[in-house]
Amino acid sequence: MAIRSYRRTGVVELEELARLNMLPPEERLRRGPAAVLECPEMIPCNICVPYCPTRAIGMERLIDLPVVDWERCTGCGMCVAVCPGLAAFVVDLSGEDCDYVTVPHELLPVPRVGEEVILLSRRGERIGRGTVVRAWERNRTYVVTVRVPKGLGTEVRAVWVEK
Amino acid sequence: MIGKCSSCFMIVDGVPNVKTCREPVREGLVVERQRGWVPPAGGVELGGVENRELEADLLVVGGGPAGLSAALKAAEYGLDVVIVDEHLRLGGQLLKQTHKFFGSVELFGGLRGFQIAEEYIRKLESNEKVKVLSQSAVYGVFRGGLVGVVGRGAHYAIRPKSVVGSPGASERYLDFVNNDLPGVIGAGGAQTIMNEFGVKPGERALVVGSGNVGLIVSYQLLQAGVRVEAIVEILPEIGGWFVHAAKVRRYGIPILTRHTLRAVYGNERVEEAEVVEVDERFNPIPGSEKRFEVDLVLLAVGLEPDFRLFAQCGAAMKWSPDLGGPVPLRTSDLETSVRNLYVAGDASGIEEATTAMIEGQIAALSTASKLTDGSRASRAIEEAEKLSKFLWDEYRASPLLARARRGKLSVTVSREEMERIRSLNPSPVSFG
Repeated sequence: MAIRSYRRTGVVELEELARLNMLPPEERLRRGPAAVLECPEMIPCNICVPYCPTRAIGMERLIDLPVVDWERCTGCGMCVAVCPGLAAFVVDLSGEDCDYVTVPHELLPVPRVGEEVILLSRRGERIGRGTVVRAWERNRTYVVTVRVPKGLGTEVRAVWVEK
Repeated sequence: MIGKCSSCFMIVDGVPNVKTCREPVREGLVVERQRGWVPPAGGVELGGVENRELEADLLVVGGGPAGLSAALKAAEYGLDVVIVDEHLRLGGQLLKQTHKFFGSVELFGGLRGFQIAEEYIRKLESNEKVKVLSQSAVYGVFRGGLVGVVGRGAHYAIRPKSVVGSPGASERYLDFVNNDLPGVIGAGGAQTIMNEFGVKPGERALVVGSGNVGLIVSYQLLQAGVRVEAIVEILPEIGGWFVHAAKVRRYGIPILTRHTLRAVYGNERVEEAEVVEVDERFNPIPGSEKRFEVDLVLLAVGLEPDFRLFAQCGAAMKWSPDLGGPVPLRTSDLETSVRNLYVAGDASGIEEATTAMIEGQIAALSTASKLTDGSRASRAIEEAEKLSKFLWDEYRASPLLARARRGKLSVTVSREEMERIRSLNPSPVSFG
C-alpha cells in the first residue's frame, strides 16, 4: 500500500481533507465560522464530542473519525481549546476583504488582542501577517483568532509572535 | 528508567555513580565529576540503615501510569498496597508529559500527563491503604517470595501476597561517531531536565527518530525556546501520529525521512551533527551529507521493556519485535507464569500511557478477585472483564495501535496454556 503523503510529510493537503469530508463546503464558510478538524487517523479519542456545546460533532466508536455537522456548528472554538492533538481550527470566510482563522497556541509569549503576528502555513512557511482579534485560554491552550488576508483562511494553521 | 540513563553519573558527597538528574539539591551538597564507572571507595560514611519488614496484599513495582492505577484500584477494593518507585515523586513518564492526553473523559482524556499524575498522587496520599516508598528500588526477589528493597536510609524486606510489576522501559541508544559527547542525550533525559526540573537542555537541537516521543519532545523543545533544526527519520515515513507531526511542521521544523545521523563533532561538547540520506536498504547515499550546527542531539529511537524483575523471578519470557524486546508471557488478566506476579504498562510491551493505566487496573482487579470474597470478588471480575473488553475491542481497535495489539496478542495465552507452561518451567519464586 502506498504511504499517504501526510505520513511522509506531516502536512495534510486540502484535497485529502476534502476527501475525508473534513473541509466544510466553501458556501458554508462564507456564511461564518465553522470548525475544521484535521484529524485523518483513527486515534482512540473523542474529547471534542462531549465538549461541543451545540453537539455538532458526531462519532460512533472511540476510534472513529469525528464528523462535524456544520449546520449545527457555530464556530465557537471549544474544540480548538480541548483537542489533545491540537488538530481543530475554526475558519471564517465571511469577511469582504479578510478571512478569520482560529488556531490553538501553546507558546510564549501569548498573543495579545490587537497585536500583529506572523502567519504560518501547515508546512511552517511564513505566508503573511495578521492581527489577533480574540484570545482566550483553557487548561494552558490559548485559542487565538486572527484576521488574515483574504484567501489565507484555509491555509493559516499557526501564528508566531515575534519576540 | 526512561530519562534516567547513566550519563549523569557523578560523585555526590563522596558517593560515586549517583544519577545527578534525580538527586535533589540541598544545602552544602558537594558534587564532583567522575570519568566512567568508579568503584565505590571504602570508608564513605553512608549513615545508619534501618531494616524494616513489611507485609502487603499487593506490591507495586514502579509508580508510573500502570503502577499508579493498579495501586489505586487495589486500594479501592480494600487491599493493603505498597508502591516502590525509584524517583523523587510518583508519576513515572506522566511527570514529563506536558501534552494533553487522547482518549475519553473517563480515561483522563484532555488532561495533561503531569495533571493525571497529580490527580493520582492526591488520591493515593489520602488513602491509608497505600504506602509509598519513593527513591527506592527493588534489588532482588528471594525464595519464598521475599522482595528486597533499598530506599533512602532504609532497607525493606517485603512479603507481598501479589506483585504488579510496572517498571516501565529504557531508551535505546544509537551507534554513531562520538556518541558519547556531552550534548547527546536520550529524549526522555531531555524531558526530565526540561519538563520536570525546568532546565533548558540546549539552544539548537537535532532530534533523531520521528515516533511519538521524537515528535512530542521536538514540540516541547520549541515551547522551551530551543530551536529544533530538524527531526531525522531513517524510515520512508514518519513513525508517530500525524497530529503530533503536524504540530511541529506548522512551526517550520523539518522532518527528514530516509535520513540518519552519522556523526557528531565538537571539543568539550556537541557543536555539529552530520546527517546523511539513506537508500532503500538503509545504506548512506554518498554526497548527501548535511551538517547542522547544534549543541543538543536527542535520541528518540525506541524503547525496550524493563524485563529484569520478571526474568529474575523466572517468568516465561518471549521476545517480540512488535513490543520492543523481551516480555513475560501472560494471561488475559496479565498474570505471568510466576503465580501472582502481574505485568502492566511498558514492561508488558511498549505501547502508551492510557493502555498502561487500563492494564494496571486489570492486574489489580485480578488480584482483588483472589484476595477478597463474595460480592466484592465477583465485582472485581466483572470490572476486569469490562475493562479488558474495552481495551482489546475498542481502544486497541485503532489502526494506530495495531502493532502493539498484534504484539500483545502474541504473548497472551489462555489459562490452560499458562498452567502447562508453569508445569514445564516451575518458577524459583512464588507469591501468595
